Amino acid sequence: MAARNVLRATHISKSFHDPINIPVLKNISLTIDQGEFVSITGKSGCGKSTLLYILSTMDTDYEGELVIDGSVMKGKTERELARVRNEKIGFVFQFHYLLNEFTVLENVMLPGLKLASSSEEHIRARAMELLRLLDIHATSSKKARQLSGGEKQRVAIARALINRPAIILCDEPTGNLDKTNSESVFNIFNQLTTEHHQALLVVTHDQEFAKRTHRIIEMEDGRIVSSATPPEKKSLDTAHL
Amino acid sequence: MNFKLIMRIARSLLLARWRQTSVAAAGVTFGITMFIALLSFMMGLNEMLDDMILSRTPHIRLYNEVRPNAHQPINSSKSFSKSYNFIRSVKPGSSRQEIYNSRAVLQTLRRDPRIKGVAPKITAQVFFNDGPVDITGVITGIDVAEEDKVFRFNEYIVEGKPSDLNDVSNSIILGKSLAHKLLAQVGDVVYVTTAQRHAFSLKIVGIYQSGIEELDKVQSYTSLATAQKIWNQPGDYITDIHIRLHDLKKSAQLSTEFSALFNTDAEDILTSNSQFETGSFIRSLISYAVGVTLLVVAGFGIYNILNMLIYEKMDSIAILKATGFAGRDVNRIFMTIALSIGLVGGSLGLIFGFLLSYGIDHIPFNTASLPTLKTYPVSYNPAFYCIGASFSLITTYLSGWAPARKASKIDPVVIIRGK
Ligand SMILES: Nc1ncnc2c1ncn2[C@@H]1O[C@H](COP(=O)(O)OP(=O)(O)OP(=O)(O)O)[C@@H](O)[C@H]1O
Ligand SMILES: [Mg+2]
Repeated sequence: MAARNVLRATHISKSFHDPINIPVLKNISLTIDQGEFVSITGKSGCGKSTLLYILSTMDTDYEGELVIDGSVMKGKTERELARVRNEKIGFVFQFHYLLNEFTVLENVMLPGLKLASSSEEHIRARAMELLRLLDIHATSSKKARQLSGGEKQRVAIARALINRPAIILCDEPTGNLDKTNSESVFNIFNQLTTEHHQALLVVTHDQEFAKRTHRIIEMEDGRIVSSATPPEKKSLDTAHL
Repeated sequence: MNFKLIMRIARSLLLARWRQTSVAAAGVTFGITMFIALLSFMMGLNEMLDDMILSRTPHIRLYNEVRPNAHQPINSSKSFSKSYNFIRSVKPGSSRQEIYNSRAVLQTLRRDPRIKGVAPKITAQVFFNDGPVDITGVITGIDVAEEDKVFRFNEYIVEGKPSDLNDVSNSIILGKSLAHKLLAQVGDVVYVTTAQRHAFSLKIVGIYQSGIEELDKVQSYTSLATAQKIWNQPGDYITDIHIRLHDLKKSAQLSTEFSALFNTDAEDILTSNSQFETGSFIRSLISYAVGVTLLVVAGFGIYNILNMLIYEKMDSIAILKATGFAGRDVNRIFMTIALSIGLVGGSLGLIFGFLLSYGIDHIPFNTASLPTLKTYPVSYNPAFYCIGASFSLITTYLSGWAPARKASKIDPVVIIRGK
């Protein structure tokens, strides 16, 4: 495959010192290409979230090398890392984390306004387009706190997309949603990878969800134990088609 | 960088807790209001007292003290030049109170750029004859126009016209209490006797009230020409020169200078009235101390509200950081909140402070000793408003600094994991 590499982690290790050294991540290496839809699964406490925080540049206390969209993260200042998060990474969390003081539209626009690579009018138009894509444009002028859980999660996805990031990282995006809403989030992700060649890395407990992604990374006790295309994927795809 | 966005986020956070932030701003408003009102009133009081005493006291007084001559004949004798000469009970000879060469001295003083005004005077003791009783008093010969220019003489004339001193020959203006003692009114004639036993009759053309009872009981004024006539002296005779300077603080220095230059005695206001300076200083010190205390209390209010806001908005701060806002941006957001509280609270404080001092300025205040005063004295010095404004901004800046720093240091991983 000649696809562009958007994220590469090599030999990532991390320990908590609390007060004795507890290794949480041990020698983790993984790469994600443009358009790839990857899931991470594993038992609770095996280090999935910890890995995701390192990949997102928010946690800088680790060993190993992290390259996002071609540039090395080690040695960057706090401001430079903030800029990387703003420009290259989109986030979706289990708890929706919207700014309750702002409207839905403003929530989606904020990272765009921060990047300020185009005019406010452009950013507003793009935010509306994303809300329409996710079928929540009717709520655009509501305050964030007035939305339902499923709606909030879709707003969070729209916000993650506003700056056309290299990769979107999600920590249990469907963990708090019912079957229908989970299904709709999955469909959005699927559409993003196939139609917009968006790279996605999703931590999930939901085996059904994981099985339908391009690749499952399985973790156990701070290590990657397997990384493979799910066998069901092909049959499911044909069943869907 | 991106100041508009930071303002926008700050405003939203602020409006989300507008009740608490208004209380914090009200604290600043109260502090500044009291600061302005207190300072305006205290300074008004200071200026009034200064006015009462200092504006009527010359900054420098040139005169000749009656005293024994320092150069006694024996000191000039060659035969005793190598010995100590003790002379007991030396009496003042015919040394004169007159300021020598007064015309030239006055001319030199009037040309000096450091001097605001010069008033020549003739001061001497007299007896006012009231039937069989003699009342001691002082007649000061003045140049009316000059005296008004330098010491605002006309403001203290409560009856009659000061210019009549020049227009009516042998005229006099009496201190109010003195006139009262003599049972004399404007238009009456009083009889005075000098120390040299010359008797004179003078027509009263006005009544003077300084507000200082001691002074009003003995003081009277006449023109320089009349005074010279009473003491039988030539037209350039004067005994005192009162000087008003542009800068009061230079009075001690200039007084020594003039004393040496004109070979007279000199007295300056700082030496003779140092207690007024101290009083004014203590009063302003108290006002500043109270004002600053109020602002510090207001500062703690801002500190509290910001800490609360940050505690409440941990999630929002974590999202902002996760989506690309740097610690510096978060710091600026909270500094903006703190400074807006200071700016709004402070501006309102300046307005209310002005209104309050304006109100005080209109409360009637009548006292017999101060005829020119009708209401409480208030000073509208723009400097107080500048100080108040900068104080409010400095206080809010300082009280916002620690919370804003704390907010900028929040680790989003800890917040997101903690959910
Ligand atoms: N700040 C910390 N100090 C010490 N240990 C920590 C800290 N944060 C996490 N851990 C430990 O690190 C391990 C990995 O945690 P992590 O949150 O990455 O697990 P996870 O795979 O995301 O689990 P889950 O599926 O329940 O979300 C856990 O054993 C946890 O107790
Ligand atoms: Mg987790």
